[in-house]
Amino acid sequence: MIKTEALTKRYGALTAVDAVSFTAAPGEVLGFLGPNGAGKTTTMRMLAGFISATSGRASINGHDVETDSLAARRCLGYLPEGAPGYGEMTVRDFLDFIADLRKLRGAARARVDAVIERLQLRSVLDQTLETLSKGFRRRVGLAQAIIHDPPVLILDEPTDGLDPNQKHEVRTLINEMAGDKTVIISTHILEEVDAVCTRAIIIARGRIVADDTPQGLAARSRYHNAISLSLARPEQLAAAHAAVAALPQVAAVEVDANKARLTVLPRGGALLLATLSELTTAQGIALKELHLESARLDDVFRTITA
Amino acid sequence: MSNVGIIMRRELSSYFATPLAYIFLLIFLVLANLFTFYLGGFFERGQADLNPFFSYHPWLFLFLIPAVSMRLWADERRTGNIELLLTQPVSLWQAVVGKFLAAWAFIILALALTFPLWITVNYLGSPDNGAILAAYIGSALLAAGFLSIGSLASALTRNPVVAFIVGVAACFAFLVAGYPLVLDAFRNWAPQFLVDAVASLGFLTHYEAISKGVIDIRDLIYFALLITWFLLATAVVLDVRKSE
Repeated sequence: MIKTEALTKRYGALTAVDAVSFTAAPGEVLGFLGPNGAGKTTTMRMLAGFISATSGRASINGHDVETDSLAARRCLGYLPEGAPGYGEMTVRDFLDFIADLRKLRGAARARVDAVIERLQLRSVLDQTLETLSKGFRRRVGLAQAIIHDPPVLILDEPTDGLDPNQKHEVRTLINEMAGDKTVIISTHILEEVDAVCTRAIIIARGRIVADDTPQGLAARSRYHNAISLSLARPEQLAAAHAAVAALPQVAAVEVDANKARLTVLPRGGALLLATLSELTTAQGIALKELHLESARLDDVFRTITA
Repeated sequence: MSNVGIIMRRELSSYFATPLAYIFLLIFLVLANLFTFYLGGFFERGQADLNPFFSYHPWLFLFLIPAVSMRLWADERRTGNIELLLTQPVSLWQAVVGKFLAAWAFIILALALTFPLWITVNYLGSPDNGAILAAYIGSALLAAGFLSIGSLASALTRNPVVAFIVGVAACFAFLVAGYPLVLDAFRNWAPQFLVDAVASLGFLTHYEAISKGVIDIRDLIYFALLITWFLLATAVVLDVRKSE
């Protein structure tokens, strides 16, 4: 459980985070989205107790991050931006160090090996951190964040700089771990939201500008339920455009003359696939392709944060 | 183990993960012996004591201690590891004290490795071993004083080289505070009590008393207060600037 109330951070005249309030419940994977410099990292650092808020409050599992900081940090696994770690230490020594600080003793110490298995770190245990590839470093960072099986996880750009395979691995891992934990991940990669998040908060210039499910966000897209038609015979383009635009459920039609393609934007999210299919058959318009556009999250993102 | 102990152990083992620690120990031992035998005239004096050895420690430490302390916090901030460390369930003072103790333990190890000198002087004559032990304690306290100043210098910047230079300058100021060089600058205008205050802030008066074998409780309190003050200042500076 993470709760913030009007959390604010000012640096001189600059307001990095401006009265951010939200609650994240166990079982939720909350995606923190926003352009670079929007205040994502600053918010996460305040939650992790690394910097203090100018005003407002935040709590982790009921422990205030300012007044009950150590208890809050005990409930929290945190992956800082860029996954720092002591370069001269071996992976084994580093994880042992974190396990010591997390007071994992006796039977709980088996967690260290469980985490090593889970993140497939066995092969690099005796390598120093500075010799690891980016993917492995990120995994070591994740390992230190989950080593004490915390109820709350805050991961700052967990897939930044990874190749597509590694991104997929990390996302799978987050999905597996989520369960009954409260997870916040920050990202500016929108596909990530669809892949792992149950809810997304978009933050721009320090303020929350949208708080919705990924589906809800997608529905805000102009392209939500849009349909594109590719014509087999380019000379029919004008006729097709006129016929489609005349339909009452159509809000707008975008024409790409080079590819002989029409993109039909529905009014109020209406489903047009069947209507258009019938219309084109009736008018004798030959189609090469007819498909439902997937909602463009980046389009929503740009509209909201611009 | 306590958090201070865990942090201290990690820090200490990281010294030995690179050749840096060994190079430092080598340089320290070579210089300490050079000073003792050439500048100090260990044999020519014809006395069975280690005064020539201990009297050069302040000048040796002036450059070597800031070299050890410069990385304490500057590196931690430069690499972003400070964010990892301080978001673990440890308090800031535990981290500051743990790192300081690691550096001090390292210097104490360097001092301990000068034991052949002690054996030599015992072979050649019959020195006052109590006085030698007191001098070693004084030297360790002096090192701790320098380290606490270096710790603050290291917290002020992300750049270890800047931390080194600032550290040397600040240590030098404390070292010479009891000398006419500094005191004359105050004597012309300042009231006597201020001149006395500056003089008593200097390391040398306190160190020389201990290194002659006189452990005065006032000298111990002086070092304890000085170290505490600089470690507190380190924590305050870090609290304000850790995320920059």
